[in-house]
Amino acid sequence: MSTSLLEVRDLRVTLNTSRGPADALRGLSFALDRGETLGVVGESGCGKSMLALTLMGLLPEGARVSGSLRFEGRELLAQDEAAWCRLRGDRIAMVFQEPMTALNPLHTIGRQVAEPLRLHRGLDAVAARAEALRLLEQVRLPQAARRLDAHPHQLSGGQRQRVVIAMALACQPDLLIADEPTTALDVTLQREILQLIADLVADRHMALMLISHDLAVIARNVRRVMVMYGGLGVEQGPAGEVLHRPMHPYTRGLLAARPRLGAARGERLQTIPGRVPELVDLPTGCPFADRCAHREAVCEAPPSMRPVAEGHEVACLRWETLGPKG
Amino acid sequence: MSFFLLKRFVSFVATLLAASVVVFAALEILPGNAAEVRLGPTATPEQVAALSAQLGLDRPAFTRYVEWVGGYLRGDLGVSVAYDTPVWSLIAERLRVSLPLALLAMGLTVAVALSLGVYAAARHNRLGDVGVMTLSQLGLAIPNFWLAIVLILVFAVHLQWFPAGGFPGWTDDEGGSLWDGLQALMLPAVALAAVQAAILARFTRSAVLDTLREDYVRTARAKGLSRRATLWRHVLRNAMIPVITIMGLQFGNLLTSAIVVENVFVLPGIGRLVFQAIANRDLAVVRDVIMLLAGAVILINFIVDLLYAWIDPRLKGGDA
Amino acid sequence: MRAALTHRSFMLGAVLALALLLAAGLSLVWTPYPPHAIDVPNRFQPPSAAHWLGTDSLGRDIATLLLVGAQNSILVGVVAVGMGLVLGVGLGLLASARRGWAEEFVMRLSDFTFAFPALLTAIMLTAVYGPGLFTSIIAIGIFNIPVFARLTRAAANAVWARDFILAARACGKGAVRITLEHVLPNIASVIIVQATIQFATAILAEAALSYLGLGTQPPQPSWGRMLNEAQTQMFQAPQLALYPGVAIALSVLGLNLLGDGLRDLLDPRLARQR
Repeated sequence: MSTSLLEVRDLRVTLNTSRGPADALRGLSFALDRGETLGVVGESGCGKSMLALTLMGLLPEGARVSGSLRFEGRELLAQDEAAWCRLRGDRIAMVFQEPMTALNPLHTIGRQVAEPLRLHRGLDAVAARAEALRLLEQVRLPQAARRLDAHPHQLSGGQRQRVVIAMALACQPDLLIADEPTTALDVTLQREILQLIADLVADRHMALMLISHDLAVIARNVRRVMVMYGGLGVEQGPAGEVLHRPMHPYTRGLLAARPRLGAARGERLQTIPGRVPELVDLPTGCPFADRCAHREAVCEAPPSMRPVAEGHEVACLRWETLGPKG
Repeated sequence: MSFFLLKRFVSFVATLLAASVVVFAALEILPGNAAEVRLGPTATPEQVAALSAQLGLDRPAFTRYVEWVGGYLRGDLGVSVAYDTPVWSLIAERLRVSLPLALLAMGLTVAVALSLGVYAAARHNRLGDVGVMTLSQLGLAIPNFWLAIVLILVFAVHLQWFPAGGFPGWTDDEGGSLWDGLQALMLPAVALAAVQAAILARFTRSAVLDTLREDYVRTARAKGLSRRATLWRHVLRNAMIPVITIMGLQFGNLLTSAIVVENVFVLPGIGRLVFQAIANRDLAVVRDVIMLLAGAVILINFIVDLLYAWIDPRLKGGDA
Repeated sequence: MRAALTHRSFMLGAVLALALLLAAGLSLVWTPYPPHAIDVPNRFQPPSAAHWLGTDSLGRDIATLLLVGAQNSILVGVVAVGMGLVLGVGLGLLASARRGWAEEFVMRLSDFTFAFPALLTAIMLTAVYGPGLFTSIIAIGIFNIPVFARLTRAAANAVWARDFILAARACGKGAVRITLEHVLPNIASVIIVQATIQFATAILAEAALSYLGLGTQPPQPSWGRMLNEAQTQMFQAPQLALYPGVAIALSVLGLNLLGDGLRDLLDPRLARQR
């Protein structure tokens, strides 16, 4: 079997926080291939942004990483900073959450989009500028030619995010990581931007990892889903499967908690009891155990991924007993 | 953009005028009759009246103020009572020492502070950072005139590398040379620069640290830029914006600190002039020197404002 | 509280500042020798059991002079900073609460005062009124006013913009009550930190003025003036230049460290990171 583009096995990340070491990722495993789209879903504090930073090698000083992170067969965790720099922006690119602050206010748009081209492809200023213009047109930025010499403060949030996407795709990377790319934008823009990303990714046959806390965003835009909680992947599988036949109590709780238009008056919103704990406070066993209605003594042991159906796995030791539910 | 410039220029002129009113009021009106002050308590009323008339003090205050301001525009500042020479030439002569001193000190300050500040920020929380911070704490606490005295003791009296005071002159016919002049200004410049550099270094460090936390720095790294490249291309220019503002304010600080340091080294500059003028009760000179210094500070701040706008495109305003 | 005791800068600063306070306090009731006791035959003595730090050009005990000089420093610090604090914070609060022309006026005024640093103002005032401790305190105090006014206004503006203020106003609370009950307590820590730093600046400024002869006049001892005298005797007794300078440096250093430490301890944002 040929190796996937991205193979993550038992990825663990420990951070130094003011309250001591905290495990941000506790043994994440998944794979991603070219042309595949993976949605990573979870609430704040589940580790999804940490995952993105780990994949880019942009963790803060003092962070410890272990496990295996293979990209095109090569182990990334063993490489030095210079090798990471060659990879970033060229083969793996990232789009961040805050378009308003993601661009340098003192540099022109054209210069910022051209930067990865000049860095990784060695293009001269003229060629890079021409390519930058092409990219801006591809991300459907209106009046792209004029925008080349504009500064970020002259663009709206949605326009800036298009620029960020253009920058990310400049060198035709194999993997695009989009961390909450539309959370800071208006709902009307969200659809457009997500569609744009989906189109561009499909055109280039890239791999896409879309990170979001918003189930709707995930549902419409990716083929596979991974649900994260407490630094672990608790459920993985095809989007349709996971969202319609969730097996993990947390996934079920998430799906049940969505408010529905047209619900009967007086119907209470369903919530998951408790709160997402701080990373330092997570128990050693199943991270969701404290909030789970089905918790038993066996849940003190760390869970491992169990297969449910084709491509569908769940990290719950009791999933069979919980039975399928709508 | 031009509206912005106009607004700034008007503000500049207004501040200058306001400063002139304050200085004039403080040093012409408050002391009462300047002739009386000059002649001292032993003067007879006739002597006072005579000098008053000679100095034109019997005219209303407003007229004198307008004449004074007019004098600035014409380049005529009246005559010093003590030295019996035009105030303007007196000041110009002293500036030949004070101005190079200020520039030398500013140059040292900027060179040392910017490099140390950036270095400390790049080595945040490591030994280099701690070292720079400790050094700057000391620099802030030491009075510049004490540092000057210590420098004299060590480098002039003991090692004899530099003169202990005085100024030989810039040219041969004054009895000196370019080299001699620089030598004489070196220790004073260091004494001035030490404190200012400590302040500026800390400020630079925090400006750089703040900039490093910005999102666009993360974007730059995500594009594949190395730490060093990110620092040079994305961080420094952005961090310089607040730093330049501070540098402008510091120049004002520098000018006034120079007064004290000039006295330590007995340099024939503006500082000594003010001092001697006070001792001689020569209020006209005091007034003009103070106006000059205040005006210089206001001018520098105005230039910094312009520089700010030139560097930061956000201030120029633009279309969306 | 525990955090305060483990914070290095804060503890060091507190110790030094306390030492300054104790020195001044002690000198009010006791000094090794009477401060004005002249003993010319014993001039320029090196440190000994009789004179811990030696004697100066007139045979006066240096340790005594340093202790009494501390009184001076503290007096200047308290009065000048107090003046700036009361007037400056008041103006700043007014500017922030009223906005409009009051704010514009206060800001222009404080911008303008930066053209006249403490030293320059002091020189102007002493040129007119003659040198003396009182004049220099006034001059230094005047310069403190815009410093506190700007700081207070900026900090107060940030508080006024917050939602709970909006809630208070919706309840019908007047500006004065809001200022006293909500704004002031929230900006108190910033002001306190600045006050300690201004205290240090005031000590430095007074020393400079006394050195120039424009500040404290004889026979009142002052560290700055001691340095001036030491300079004239530089060739005979260079060590005289050491002690007053160290005293000034340690006091200023202590206050600066105290201020920095307080800033770290009182800033809620930084506190969370620790």
